[in-house]
Amino acid sequence: MIDTEQLFDRQAVTQLSQSQQEPDWLLQRRLNALEQAGRLNLPKLEKTRIDRWNFTNFEPVRQEKAVASTDEMPEDIRRFISAEDEDSVFVQKNSSPVFRRLAESLESKGVIFTDLATAAREHEELVKKYFMTDAIRSDEHKLAALHAALFSGGLFLYVPKNVSVDVPFQVLFWAGGNGVGTFPHLLVVAETGSEFNVVANFVSDRESDAVINGAVEVFVGDNARVRIASLHTQGEGTTEVAYRRTVTGRDADLEWIVGDLNFGRTISDNTVHMKGTGGNARIKSITVGSGELRSNITSTVRHWGARTESDITARGVMKDQAQSILNGITKIEKGAKQANGVQAEKVLMLSREARGDANPILLIDENDVQAGHAASVGRIDPIQMFYLMSRGLSRREAERLIIFGFVGPVLDTIPFESLRERISGIIERKLG
Amino acid sequence: MSISPKLEIKDLNVSIEDKEILKGVNLEVNGGEIHAIMGPNGTGKSTLAQALMGHPRYEVTGGSVLLDGEDLLEMEVDERARKGLFLAMQYPSEISGVTNSDFLRSAVNAKQPEGKEVSIMKFMKQLDKKMAQLGMDESFANRYLNEGFSGGEKKRNEILQLMMLEPRIAILDEIDSGLDIDALKVVADGVNSMRNPNTGFLIITHYQRLLNYIKPDRVHVVMQGRIVKSGGPELAERLEAEGYDWVKEELGIEDETVESKA
Repeated sequence: MIDTEQLFDRQAVTQLSQSQQEPDWLLQRRLNALEQAGRLNLPKLEKTRIDRWNFTNFEPVRQEKAVASTDEMPEDIRRFISAEDEDSVFVQKNSSPVFRRLAESLESKGVIFTDLATAAREHEELVKKYFMTDAIRSDEHKLAALHAALFSGGLFLYVPKNVSVDVPFQVLFWAGGNGVGTFPHLLVVAETGSEFNVVANFVSDRESDAVINGAVEVFVGDNARVRIASLHTQGEGTTEVAYRRTVTGRDADLEWIVGDLNFGRTISDNTVHMKGTGGNARIKSITVGSGELRSNITSTVRHWGARTESDITARGVMKDQAQSILNGITKIEKGAKQANGVQAEKVLMLSREARGDANPILLIDENDVQAGHAASVGRIDPIQMFYLMSRGLSRREAERLIIFGFVGPVLDTIPFESLRERISGIIERKLG
Repeated sequence: MSISPKLEIKDLNVSIEDKEILKGVNLEVNGGEIHAIMGPNGTGKSTLAQALMGHPRYEVTGGSVLLDGEDLLEMEVDERARKGLFLAMQYPSEISGVTNSDFLRSAVNAKQPEGKEVSIMKFMKQLDKKMAQLGMDESFANRYLNEGFSGGEKKRNEILQLMMLEPRIAILDEIDSGLDIDALKVVADGVNSMRNPNTGFLIITHYQRLLNYIKPDRVHVVMQGRIVKSGGPELAERLEAEGYDWVKEELGIEDETVESKA
């Protein structure tokens, strides 16, 4: 096992914390996590070996200069966000938040939209309560511990009770340059009865070899409604770890949209803990693999509260030599009476060398529940191709229609048109 | 194109999984003509239709097919379609997630030269008109292609595509099967509305019933993988009245299917 204490020593972590003027309790958490990183193992993934993946060889801190306007960012990064007057936007490049704007109308309503170090100073109680305590914990495995020790920048989004926001919050974590490691962290707290949308992008250059160890924590309060999209487009040489955890309250409504559109190695784990009674969670996931992509994508819903309902829909399209494992886990805990959890995973393979695997898993510890699952792995039906081509469509166009038809049940229900178009555009480019 | 469409089938031999189905079919279809291909089940009628369109499971082992003088068999399926061949299928595929109108617009535009695509407005107008003509509810435009369609709805949808694409040579493969009499009339009206010198039809049917509504110019009987008898519309009427036994007797055929070793 690699000795992370040597790679990233206490002094480096302390320096990082001090450079961001963090309170002492946060430094102590980092140091504690660093010690855990040294002794914990890598997470165990279903059907994917990750022991040779690069999780530790990188430069952990790379500071970047702030920009006054998003216009100063390169075009291919800027197109991930829109920066109109009413938009609230946060951009982090490598270790540094470089741009932040919160719509004025929201500031006065008590919305917090700031980097984690600032939040830890100015809203200590909130950050202490929610940051890596309940949703994701540093003692889960080595990668979580490394994240807790080395995170930098990060965004804290807090929406107070009964505040509802129409315009989606936009978040962009951008890894630029070679040899860099980044630790994006997004912490979202939706208080009782609040309602809003978040679109988070995790991007790097096509040639990037970055190690991205990211975490998203979302707390959806009682009766709150949150839609959150997490869109990943990391370059060919990258390794991305993305742990996302959500905890839902009573009668909360949650919609997750996950676009795993990376080119490199990917661990994507999206888990929802439905703790409150009632509540509805829908998880929609699309992955398109090309080139040498290796990915393990897991969507989990754990029903703790009675009468909770969940629906996982996942679609994977694999071309070239890409390999992807899609896991869906619906767990109904003892006491979650009248819970209802359904899931469907489908994989479409476009080449002989591509590999896809769909694993639906239902774990039920309560009698009075409903659950269902479906899974399929297949190739494009030559008879369907014949049918479409017999109407004059080229092979390429026919394939494109079938593929978009395949991902349609997820893509078409994405609530923001701009996001839908962006994902379509990325899929289009990937299918080349 | 101003010249009249012409499909020339010469001594066509077709196999499926090494089993010979068509054993030398000869036929010529010109613009403005309607040819009916009739015959009992299992004689190779549908094989002819599928092989002409280029179905991947059918292998042409001999003969030639020219469309407007060009070698059809050398063309990819989509190229055949763009040159003006159309096959209304007996069992059209269901394609999830692709709406009828998106698909049709792609198909209509596939025949247009680049940059000359039909505008959405013009396309929608056309589509609405043809759907109304076929008695199809507007909702069909936004339903996924053939998904969950009843047998009759699928057939109407095939005719809708035929009418939108205006091919030079149209093959209809058992378009009447599974249709009630009202639906049959609607489908026949659709086909008749396309009867013009710029389109030639090859209508494959098991029953003469369809030919009461679409009057053929020529009728051909297929048995044992080849055309064994041809005639005018009166041939279809006699087949309707007397069945196929007299043809078999006349030609000394015991088993009309391709299963038999001829």
